[in-house]
Amino acid sequence: MDYVIEMLKIRKEFPGVVACDDITLQLAKGEIHALLGENGAGKSTLMSILFGLYQPDSGTIRVRGNDVRISNPNIANDLGIGMVHQHFKLVENFTVTENIILGSESTRGLLVDVRSAADKIRVLSRRYGLNVEPESKIADVSVGMQQRVEILKMLYRDAEILIFDEPTSVLTPQEVRELMKIMRSLVNEGKSIILITHKLKEIKEIANRCTVIRRGKPVGTVDVATTSQEKLAEMMVGRKVLMKVEKGPENPGETILRLDNLSVRSGRGVLGLKNFSLDVRCGEIVGVAGVDGNGQSELVEAIVGLKKAEEGRILLNGKDVKNMSVRNRIREGMALIPGDRHKYGLILDYSLEDNLVLKVYDSQPYSRNGFLKREAIHQQAEKVISEFDVRSGQGSAGAARSLSGGNQQKAIVGREIDLNPDLLVAVQPTRGLDVGAIEYIHRRIIEQRDRGKAVLLVSLELDEILTLSDRIAVINNGELVGIVQASETNENQVGLMMAGVQREAGV
Amino acid sequence: MKPNTGKYVQQLRAIKVTINKEYVLAFVAVILGLLAGAALMLLTGNNPVSGYYYLFRGGLMNVERVGNTLATATPLIFTGLSVAFAFRTGLFNIGASGQMLIGGLFATAVGLTLDWPKPLLLPVMVFAALVGGGLWAALPGWLKARFNVHEVVATIMMNWIAYWTVFYTVPRYFKGPFLETESQRIPYNASLKLNSLTSLFGGSYINLGIFIALLFVLIAAVILERTTLGYELKAVGFNRHAAESAGISVNKNIILSMTIAGALAGLGGATFYVGYASNMQIGVLPSHGFDGIAVALLGANTPLGVLGASVFFGLLHTGKGFMNAMTRIPPEIADTVMATIIYFAATSIMVERVWTRWRAKRGGVR
Repeated sequence: MDYVIEMLKIRKEFPGVVACDDITLQLAKGEIHALLGENGAGKSTLMSILFGLYQPDSGTIRVRGNDVRISNPNIANDLGIGMVHQHFKLVENFTVTENIILGSESTRGLLVDVRSAADKIRVLSRRYGLNVEPESKIADVSVGMQQRVEILKMLYRDAEILIFDEPTSVLTPQEVRELMKIMRSLVNEGKSIILITHKLKEIKEIANRCTVIRRGKPVGTVDVATTSQEKLAEMMVGRKVLMKVEKGPENPGETILRLDNLSVRSGRGVLGLKNFSLDVRCGEIVGVAGVDGNGQSELVEAIVGLKKAEEGRILLNGKDVKNMSVRNRIREGMALIPGDRHKYGLILDYSLEDNLVLKVYDSQPYSRNGFLKREAIHQQAEKVISEFDVRSGQGSAGAARSLSGGNQQKAIVGREIDLNPDLLVAVQPTRGLDVGAIEYIHRRIIEQRDRGKAVLLVSLELDEILTLSDRIAVINNGELVGIVQASETNENQVGLMMAGVQREAGV
Repeated sequence: MKPNTGKYVQQLRAIKVTINKEYVLAFVAVILGLLAGAALMLLTGNNPVSGYYYLFRGGLMNVERVGNTLATATPLIFTGLSVAFAFRTGLFNIGASGQMLIGGLFATAVGLTLDWPKPLLLPVMVFAALVGGGLWAALPGWLKARFNVHEVVATIMMNWIAYWTVFYTVPRYFKGPFLETESQRIPYNASLKLNSLTSLFGGSYINLGIFIALLFVLIAAVILERTTLGYELKAVGFNRHAAESAGISVNKNIILSMTIAGALAGLGGATFYVGYASNMQIGVLPSHGFDGIAVALLGANTPLGVLGASVFFGLLHTGKGFMNAMTRIPPEIADTVMATIIYFAATSIMVERVWTRWRAKRGGVR
């Protein structure tokens, strides 16, 4: 076969971990090659090596048959390698054109030649069906469009080999379909694509071949068409994966959380949540299903105390906590797995250890008389790390920033469950995680229910709601559409309710 | 406990490496600044070796000079600590000058009003300065917490309110015997200068302020690194959303951080107006508040770094006059050196980049 990229026996060690252990990846011209692995398996490291961000300790990289040494991203650029990062690297208040030419501005005299750049972008956009408007500001365009700007950035630099790092994790299902179309047209025009992902469905849909790595070690390269999803999952995780978690029948008891005619204003000042009433009992998981932006964040923020409720009551174990501070609600037995772990869950510049005591640092034995007790904090961190299988290259002293997404999430889940809360509010607890981590976190959440605790699950993924919940509350436009038993409903019914269609009485 | 030892060593090493990197960068900035100064001296037809020789000799040649270096550094230590402390909470305190003025005014007012024995009076004066500076910064902190008024704007405005407050208060209540524009001299009882200390340092400006400064360097470091308060303040600085979700009151910490920062600057005012100097002039906004930003930057916002940077700047300030007397190099060259050091400290990211590139290249040869 004709390979455009060959990474042969690439090895890279970081202090404490072997991120890549003799990994080989060969990309044929005109193919979409998936790179599959769990979070922290070494996918990103391998691609960072190809992109010149890291230097391999050993191994060879060949581009179009020639040995190369890629010591920085500029060399990668010159070789025609481009990368669409998972978190876009765009300047919000620049236009599309300005963002694309940033770093390789063509000039006319002392001035940046924006006009001809915009023309070139328009041509590229049309050729690949990207539909990008060069003059719009990044802040004004959708996430899907921002991603296409990132793609254009590479095309503008004449990249032949495109690396997509988890491109679908930020997209809606419609946008994912658009992206797939774009990728196909890219390949048809002779580009080659490496797709980093852990979503098996997408691999099956679009990739030609797939290289699997696990914990830094190569597992193998397979032909996608002849390999089942189950087989791919097993290769990735290293054991048989239950695509559906096992869950016994619920055994609900007393009411833990009672929301009584709750109304909450949204950021724009209008009521984002209107007269919302819901009970969550101990020993059950109540799922809140709804399309994004229909009052879920107002609901969650009002419950945990980040936002003031306009009207109504929030009763926790029979006590009205509506006017309590966040801290007192935590003391009363509330825990939160937030939807945005970087913004609300972790202090990325703090060590993992400091993050694991974020909600208990001010109580004994972690501090006394206002002084931190490092030894106790360290022991607590080690306990959570081992109980929840948090993997960190530098142990508990490593910065939270240095952990992979899945391990960051496990750290948060561990910290919150370790509080032994009566009520666990879990928002999108598995967003952006791989199969193994999803299964693990789901199991932990069900375990929490089986220990007789109450769980309120807010998720945009209907699959997740249907698998985990015992009862499902559907929210639309800030109002409760209805509550259904998970065992007596299906995707169709909930989907209709999410669109605002009332269910028939008596279900 | 055995398996933990390895982790601890690793932990220690990690801490050491980060500290080292920041200090190395500061050191590089200093060297580059000195080199730039040398180039300027050469350009103006002077010998940089003798220039720097006299500059450093001027700051260090005898105990008196050393004393003056430390005395000059003292208020800088406080304003540097003030800026660094607020910065760790994500706040930019540009109002250390005003807080210093108010601190000095409070200390002077107490010193000129009460006729108490020195050991009793000094603590009261120092405490008054601490309260004055703290209150002066608490207001911008409260404005930020309550109305989201940006602290840069608020503290700059507070600087001028402090300026005019002194302008009004000093001539009205503490007018000196000869001049309308300055306060009475504070009596020996109310001065941080100590006869025995002054004579020990051959008649220099050194005063008890330096010891208070050292104490507060220690206190600031302990608060930031060892206490739950420091943990909260830094958490708010790094990520206020996550801190808030964890039950940490962001508003309380913003006000608290500003108050502590202001108290530190206020103490600096005491060491300057009733220690280094012996009266207050009206119509002068001390430059220490802004130099404090520079000192905090060079000291990587750590208390120890601030101490080092302040003493170094104190040295340059003290030595420049001597350099000017012994050579034909104008004292402004020393100011230029300081400015250039700040410049290199602020752009240390570039220094770092050059450094990693150089290392990568060397790695390639090997």
